[in-house]
Amino acid sequence: MAAYLIRRTIYGLFTVLGVLLLLFVLFFAVTDPGDIARKAVGERARPEVYALWKKNHGYDRPLLLNRAHAATDPRRYSDTLLFDHYRRMLTFDFGNSDADDSAITRRLKEGMGPSLSLTVPLFAFGLVFGVLLALFVAFFRETYIDRAVLVLCMLTMSIASLLYIISGQYLIGMLLKWFPISGFAFDPSLAARFLALPVLVGVVSGIGADVRLYRTIFIEESNRDYVRTARAKGCGEVRVMLAHVLRNALIPILSNIVITIPFLFTGALLLESFFGIPGLGSLTVEAIHGNDFSTLRTMVYLGALLFIAGQILTDVSYALADPRVRLT
Amino acid sequence: MSSLSNILVVLLLAGSIWFARVVSRDRYWCENASQLWRRRPIALIALALFVGIGLMDSIGWVGGTPGDDDVAALRSRTLIDRLFQPERFTEASYSAPLASVSFYGGQPLKHPGKHLLGTDILGRDVVYRTAKGVRVALLIGGFTSLIVIPIALLFGVSAGYFGKRIDDAVFFLMTVLASVPSLLLLIALVMVMGRGTLQVCVALGITGWVHFCRIARGETLKLREAEFVDAARALGVSDLTIIRRHVLPNIAHLIIITFALSFTGLVLAETILSYLGIGLEGSWGQMIDQARNELSRTPIIWWNLTGASLGLFALVLAVNMIADALRDIIDPRTRREGQ
Repeated sequence: MAAYLIRRTIYGLFTVLGVLLLLFVLFFAVTDPGDIARKAVGERARPEVYALWKKNHGYDRPLLLNRAHAATDPRRYSDTLLFDHYRRMLTFDFGNSDADDSAITRRLKEGMGPSLSLTVPLFAFGLVFGVLLALFVAFFRETYIDRAVLVLCMLTMSIASLLYIISGQYLIGMLLKWFPISGFAFDPSLAARFLALPVLVGVVSGIGADVRLYRTIFIEESNRDYVRTARAKGCGEVRVMLAHVLRNALIPILSNIVITIPFLFTGALLLESFFGIPGLGSLTVEAIHGNDFSTLRTMVYLGALLFIAGQILTDVSYALADPRVRLT
Repeated sequence: MSSLSNILVVLLLAGSIWFARVVSRDRYWCENASQLWRRRPIALIALALFVGIGLMDSIGWVGGTPGDDDVAALRSRTLIDRLFQPERFTEASYSAPLASVSFYGGQPLKHPGKHLLGTDILGRDVVYRTAKGVRVALLIGGFTSLIVIPIALLFGVSAGYFGKRIDDAVFFLMTVLASVPSLLLLIALVMVMGRGTLQVCVALGITGWVHFCRIARGETLKLREAEFVDAARALGVSDLTIIRRHVLPNIAHLIIITFALSFTGLVLAETILSYLGIGLEGSWGQMIDQARNELSRTPIIWWNLTGASLGLFALVLAVNMIADALRDIIDPRTRREGQ
């Protein structure tokens, strides 16, 4: 297992290097750093201001290799955008925002708490309701209850998430006035009131696809031989579902959800932005609106890092959930 | 621009006729098609309607402009434009569905009782705008797939068939692209490439091709070991012919299912891009985004949101249902018991 993990981590490291190359191509080679500077200081700024901004943000260096100082000091050969990009991303030194010069690392730390307070309940409730509903449907498979829930799932899957948020805010926030329409508080008792609506909207918008997937997994499992054995020895249908099918269906369900756990940190883009939660999703949306390329770059990089971590986590959880799986 | 769109429509029609002829010669596909028609007649009719509206909105020509606007006279207008005559068929501002007076102020309308879903803030008819959104939505799903599928097939099939170095390279490329969360990659791509139909479609394509490629590669890996491929190789058939005659026809069904399933994902992803201000001009996502503050007005203005949402919902639902039925019909592994 240790050897497998080491091999896996090394491959993950190469993937990170590849992602960084992709980011470099996108944000430095395709985008002209001069354009970023011009957007930041304004079209009519004086050339000195423009040059100073570029210098302060490190955009004034050559792209690949610095030949200008190669003769005097060979070490400055690598004083370029490419090497600096790799160096800073790999050491988690993200620098300052292109839009308002605030330190990105500090803003990441500030945004993580609000993001987690939204995404963790969202994840937990979504998983519990999804699995329970799918178990219920699988129990009544090939009946009208099953058909009705499947049709309902198809309908909920066909609605845009934007619409869920808008109508949720209107119906529950404005008409029924159960919860505040938007806002956030760091005090836990107050935060629960603010978070209830986004969590509800998030769970409803995601549940259709989940239930369909889990139902397929459960039904596939309940056709196995061990289920027939359990029934033959006199197990009740409820016990078959909860004790045998659920336990064995855990592995395919795990592969579906473990990969999403790391993304709890990056927050939910739309939900946070609509409900005024000052998390990392809002930070990303702000970066898009403000042409803040350095923050956006950082968020994409972090997202990729978390995904790679999630993949390794998935493999480990396989081995933990299923004693037959050996990682070699 | 309009002539290009006309040519594309002709090419598309010619392509689908050719495709239909190829399909009609094959009994397997004929049976699948008729089974699909038996199972999902309403969804298929709805989709055909959408495609019809989309095509009508792609064929356009200059001339025959009503009114005396010189600038408008030089612009090409599509069949949908000519049907609705938006130059005449607008009001000053908001009006409720089928109303005879304007929403604010109560002045008499120019076309009382004719706006089935009212008008938006600029007085444009909501039914007309919704109809215009059909073409954009089909463009997002269809055009992107036209970019994606050939590239994904090229990479996926060659990686699976030739293996070794090619497979390593393609697999690494796929891992890197798949590691970046797709929405973030999409946003980054559109921010970097700029806003426009082609750019958004290419960005959606870059984020979407990995999925197709993975399926094509996996299935080709299996087929490479198949006995009929071995037999063909023993008979001295060249690699290209094996791929064309034995591999591609055997992964066609998976590509069709994946296309149908990813289509709705693409259309829905565009609404998020629209909210972020980087969507396509005239899309349903943009209409929803513009209408999101109208719900908080008193009295409430709901028709803009309803028009766009209904269009989006109907199209996505129809394609979802067709995709679901297709998967049941073609892929025996997911076939339910008792059927």
